[in-house]
Amino acid sequence: MSDLNELLPLMMKGTLVTIQIAVISILLAIVMAGVATALRAAPYRAVRWAGNVYVEVFRGTSLLVQLFWLFFVLPLPPFNVQLTPFTVAIVGLGLHYGAYGSEILRGALRSVPGGQYEAALALNMPAAARLRRIVLPQAMINALPPATNLMIELLKGTSLVSLITLSDLTFRARQLDEATFKTAEVFGLTLLIYFVLAQVIVAVMRVFERRVSSHVAIRRTVPGAAS
Amino acid sequence: MTSLGQLFDVKYALHILPELARAATYTIGITLVGFAIALVLGLVLAIMRRSEFAPLARTTAFFIEFIRSTPLLIQVYVLFYVAPLYGFTMSALTAGTLGIAVHYACYVSEVYRAGLNGVARGQWEASCALSLSPWRTYTGVVLPQAIRPVIPALGNYLVAMFKDTPVLSAITVVELMQQAKNIGSETFRYLEPITMTGIFFLIISVTFASGVRHLERRVRLP
Repeated sequence: MSDLNELLPLMMKGTLVTIQIAVISILLAIVMAGVATALRAAPYRAVRWAGNVYVEVFRGTSLLVQLFWLFFVLPLPPFNVQLTPFTVAIVGLGLHYGAYGSEILRGALRSVPGGQYEAALALNMPAAARLRRIVLPQAMINALPPATNLMIELLKGTSLVSLITLSDLTFRARQLDEATFKTAEVFGLTLLIYFVLAQVIVAVMRVFERRVSSHVAIRRTVPGAAS
Repeated sequence: MTSLGQLFDVKYALHILPELARAATYTIGITLVGFAIALVLGLVLAIMRRSEFAPLARTTAFFIEFIRSTPLLIQVYVLFYVAPLYGFTMSALTAGTLGIAVHYACYVSEVYRAGLNGVARGQWEASCALSLSPWRTYTGVVLPQAIRPVIPALGNYLVAMFKDTPVLSAITVVELMQQAKNIGSETFRYLEPITMTGIFFLIISVTFASGVRHLERRVRLP
């Protein structure tokens, strides 16, 4: 039991860093998903093309390659952009999962029946109100379950930032493993902490899901909701 | 020298291309072997999860959920650093391939589960009425109907798995990313190797994705 008392404080420190990175990158990913979806629905072909390139490039390459690119290549000439590991982690995770999120958002927006757009148009609603009051609330019902899965993917993705020298949970686990040789305990505890964090995400998102679907009482379809 | 030449040294890129290509075939090999294991293991997990023996079904469900919500990196660490303590010593390559295979087996089993749930109840009942053995029921009746509609989803996980192979570089498997990093640290030029790695992943996964779309059209039931 005394082993656990030695391990826990350092692990908790790492867990805090992991939570910090996960929360900020989830927020950035949501923003990027919105921006990319807006770009891909733009009336100009060049803008649509830019949105598509962003999504395809970030979905098509590995997260680790992207993190390494930001971490090793950007500080060198000709870019000379020096970012802290923390910024690299946030930007890398946010951009990567934002691209996936854009696909979810696009699918959810498309699932809103066309008659809803037309009815809002017929009621002479301005575009912003149409989106905010008619389309988005209905799209959210379909977007949230896959978004929950994506957030868990992001949480798991944060473990890769340990490879760019950030002292997150995974980094602490490696460090403690090397210092104490309690390999099984350290990694077992790490797995458990990640599992608990993922369950917290599921629980929080369930609250949001209930809130967005409470106004739409007639039909509640939750496609792709994996347990 | 032109500004483009300073940005991306083409001569140097061509010079390191053979080394990267060799590492790339390694990456593809890990993916194919890993995915083959994942396909079989995933099916076993999916069927175990449907078992009528509740403890087995529940344990399997928890195992799948646990693996799916913890990072691949830690799972690979466990296989590489913890398993030897219990007498399973593996090379980095074996541990890495096994780790990524088990991780994706859990994802794949969810895909199979969706396919199995899609098979009409009457098919099970008919097999029962014909007194087919469980083996014949699965191989002859249920699986052909269950797997066909989920082939595109399986293809997507092949691409996802391929993109996760760089994680194995953390346990010293010299796949594409690790090779690019090694080249970079020898020459202090990271731009070309890492960019080329990115382009390589992009090309392969875009090709795969279009292949999956093609497959989706071909296997679609009329």
